[in-house]
Amino acid sequence: MVAIKIWGGLSAATNGQTELEIDANYIRELFAKLEERYPGVKPYIERGIAVSIDGVIYRDTWSKELPDGAEIFLLPRLEGG
Amino acid sequence: MGFDAAFEKKKKLNSVGTRPLRPDGVEKVTGKARYGADFNMPGQLVGRILRSPHAHAKIKKIDTTKAEKLKGVKAVITAKDLPDLTDGNSDLYDVLDNCMAREKALYDGHAVAAVAAIDAATARKALKLIKVDYKILPHVTDVDEAADAKAPLVREGVFTTGVDPKPAKPSNITNRSQYGHGDVEGGMAEADFIVGRTFKTEQTHQGYIEPHACVASVNSDGNAELWVCTQGHFVYRQNCADLLGMDASKLRVTSSEIGGGFGGKTHVWSEPVALALSRKAGRPVKLVMSREEVFRASGPTSATSIDVRIGAKKDGTVTAAEATLRYTCGPYPGMWAELGAMTAFAPYDFANVKTVGYEVLVNRPKVAAYRAPSAPMAAFAVESAVDELAGKIGMDPVKFRIKNAAKEGSRASYGPVYGPIGIGPTLEAAKKHPHMKAPLGKNQGRGMACGFWFNFGGQTCSNINIGEDGTVNLAVGTVDVGGSRASLSLVAAEELGVPYEQIKAVIGDTGTLGHNDMTDGSRGTFSSSLATISAARNAISIMKERAAKMWDIPVEHVEWENGHAVAKGKKYGNLPKLSVKDIAAKAGRTGGPIAGHSELVADGAGVSFATHICDIEVDPQTGATKVLRYTVIQDAGKAVHPTYVEGQYQGGAAQGIGWALNEEYIYGKDGRLQNPGFLDYRIPVCSDLPMIDTQILEIPNPNHPYGVRGVGETSIVPPLAAIANAVSNAVDARMTHIPMSPPRILKALETEAAE
Repeated sequence: MVAIKIWGGLSAATNGQTELEIDANYIRELFAKLEERYPGVKPYIERGIAVSIDGVIYRDTWSKELPDGAEIFLLPRLEGG
Repeated sequence: MGFDAAFEKKKKLNSVGTRPLRPDGVEKVTGKARYGADFNMPGQLVGRILRSPHAHAKIKKIDTTKAEKLKGVKAVITAKDLPDLTDGNSDLYDVLDNCMAREKALYDGHAVAAVAAIDAATARKALKLIKVDYKILPHVTDVDEAADAKAPLVREGVFTTGVDPKPAKPSNITNRSQYGHGDVEGGMAEADFIVGRTFKTEQTHQGYIEPHACVASVNSDGNAELWVCTQGHFVYRQNCADLLGMDASKLRVTSSEIGGGFGGKTHVWSEPVALALSRKAGRPVKLVMSREEVFRASGPTSATSIDVRIGAKKDGTVTAAEATLRYTCGPYPGMWAELGAMTAFAPYDFANVKTVGYEVLVNRPKVAAYRAPSAPMAAFAVESAVDELAGKIGMDPVKFRIKNAAKEGSRASYGPVYGPIGIGPTLEAAKKHPHMKAPLGKNQGRGMACGFWFNFGGQTCSNINIGEDGTVNLAVGTVDVGGSRASLSLVAAEELGVPYEQIKAVIGDTGTLGHNDMTDGSRGTFSSSLATISAARNAISIMKERAAKMWDIPVEHVEWENGHAVAKGKKYGNLPKLSVKDIAAKAGRTGGPIAGHSELVADGAGVSFATHICDIEVDPQTGATKVLRYTVIQDAGKAVHPTYVEGQYQGGAAQGIGWALNEEYIYGKDGRLQNPGFLDYRIPVCSDLPMIDTQILEIPNPNHPYGVRGVGETSIVPPLAAIANAVSNAVDARMTHIPMSPPRILKALETEAAE
C-alpha cells in the first residue's frame, strides 16, 4: 500500500481526493488501480501523468518500483522547449 | 532503463569536462553545413501557403479554379486535401486545424490554402488567384480582455475544465489549474509586510535565425521522404504520418542542421502541407517560410497577466505567497498557465503557497514552447515582488532569498519534496560574486533574480559502430541544437577510453534508429548521454568477448581499462593488452561487426536552478536602456563540455535580455500583427550585449553516472526579473510590464515624478 498525493487538476477525476492510498508496487500497477477506482482518470493517463518518487520525476518508466515509504506525487506530463 | 544510471561518485573522468572543438564547426563556419532550405531534389516544386488576413473569420467558400488552371501550377490544396483522420484525438485535431484552417480562420496568418508550382513567381501568382469568401467575426487578442466573460468567443462550446461545478456558459478560458500547500490567508495574517501587484508580459517569439523549411517527396507507392529543420524528426514523422494516413515506417525523415529552435521547432506547422502538396503533385515540394510567416504563423510564447501577493515577517521569513496566472494559448488549448503555476515559486520553501493558472484562448498564433516554457513570465512577476518585499523589510535581496530558498527536503510549491538541489549554492555564489560589489554610477541599477526549470528525459536510442580501423561512429536520434554532437562524442570517448577525435557523431534519420522523443526539456545531452554510455558499455562487452577469442581465454578473465582489453589473473596476466584498433582489425574472424546499441527511457533528470545578476543604465531623457554587465550562475550537475554549457547560459541570458527590453508582438485594432519582421520586432544584436559572464556549479544529479542535469532552458528564466529589478532600481519605480521598452520606462518615470 502506497500513499500518493495528486495535483489539483487530477482531483476533478478522483471525487476531489488529493491524497489516496493504493496497493501498488510499480507505476504501471498504480495507474491500473487508479483507473479501476476512478474511471475518469483514464484520459489523464492517456494524455500523460508524471510520477514524482522522492522528488525524482518519472514520465515514462512505468516499470519503476514504488519503494515503501517513498513520497509519491502525481503531476501532469510536462512540456519543454 | 537497462543499465544502472546511478551517479558514480568515484568515477574519474578524463574526456568529460574538457573543451575540444565541435565536430560540426568547420562546416558551419565555411557555409557548407546544410540547413532546412539547403536541400534540393530532382523535379522539385516550390510550395507557398495562402494565409488569412483576418484575425477571426468564418471560411464560407474557397475557389481554387483559376489557380489550378495557371500554367506551371502542379497542385492546389485546402483543408479538403487534409481530411480529419485524428480519430477523436483533440490535440492532434488542433494540430491539423492549425496546419490548414477548416471552418474558421482563427488568427491573422492562419493557413487556408497552399500551392505547388514550378517556381516561386508562379506560386505567388497562383495564391493571388485563390478566392476565399470570409465572414469576418469579432476577435480578441488581449489576455485580460479574452478572459472577460463578455469577450467574443474564439472557439464555440469551450467550458472551463478544472472547476466544479462545470460552468453554465462557455468562455475563452479552457482550464483552471491549482498548485500549492498550507493556508495562504492564515499565512498572510501573520505577515508584517505584504506586497501585491499585477504584472503583464507581451507575446514574444523564439526568434530563431533559420525559418521553418522542408522538402517533402511522396511516391505513388506510399513511400515518402521529408528533409526538415526540426528539434525532433521522429515526432515529426509520427505526427505527419498520423495526419496524412501514412505508415510511419514508409516516411523517412532526415533532420537538417538547425539554426535555432528553442521550442519553436517541436511542432509541425507546414510539413504536413508540404507532404500533402507533394502527394497531390506527384513531385517533391520545397516549402520555406518567410520571416513574416514565421512571426504570423509559427508558435510564439504566451502573453500573460499575473497577480502576485507575498507576505513576510520583519525577520525576512515569508509567511505566505500566492499568484494567479493568465496565459494566452492562441486559439487552441494548452498547459501554459499551468506550467507557470508550477514553476512560479519553485525556488522557495514557503509554508503557505498557492498558484492558480488560467489558459486563455485568443485570436493569435498557436502558442509553442519557448525554452523553459512559461517559467520566465512567472519568475518575472514573483521575483519582482520578492525584490520589492525585501526592500520593504530592509533586507538585502540576496540574503532575503537565501533565507527562504528551497533545499533538499523542502516541499516544492508544485507538490513533491526536493532531493539535492542547487538554488542555495547559486545564491551563495551570487552573494560572493565580485559583480555584487562592483560600484554603480548615475542612472544605473543592479538587479538579481532566481529561476527554475524541471528538465526531463524521454525515449532515446543510440548506436555505436566500430569500424575495421577502430574508429567509432556514434549515431544519436536527438537533434543537435546546442553542441550535443561534441558532448556525446566526449561521453563515448570517456566510456570507450579512446581519444575524442576517434569518435564521429551523426544524427541518425528515422530509418536508422528507434524512436527518439523530441529534443526539448533540456534533455538532449542528458538523455542521449545515458543512451551513449549504455551503448558504449554494450560495445565494450562485445570487445571483451572478442579479445577473449583472440587470446583464446575465458571472457571472465578480461577487463576493460583505458581503451584496452586487459587479460587478468596469474595465468593470463602477461598477455599484451589489445586496443580497440587491434580488436576491430580482427572483428571479421571473431564474430563480425562490433556495435553497441541502446534503447531506453531516460527518466530521472535533475531539476535545475539559476541566479542571475544584471546592471542596467537608463537614459532618463529617452527611456533607452543599456545592459552594462550580466552574470549567470547555474547548476549544471556536470558540465560535459563546459564551453557549450557556458554558451547555453549566455544564449538564454541574451534571449531574456531581448524579451525583457524590446521584443513584443504588436497587434492592431483589426487583430493583425503589425511587426512581423526583425526591423520592427527587435531582437538583441552583439552591440546590445555585454560579455555575459558565467559560473558553472556542479551539484551532481543522483540519476546520471556523471551527475549530468539539463542546462538548456533554465538560463532564460531569471533574466526578465533580474533586468526588471535592475531597471526598477535605476529609475526608482517598480516596472510591471514586459518589455521595458523606452516608452514604458518614460511612462514609469513620469508617473514616479507625478507622485
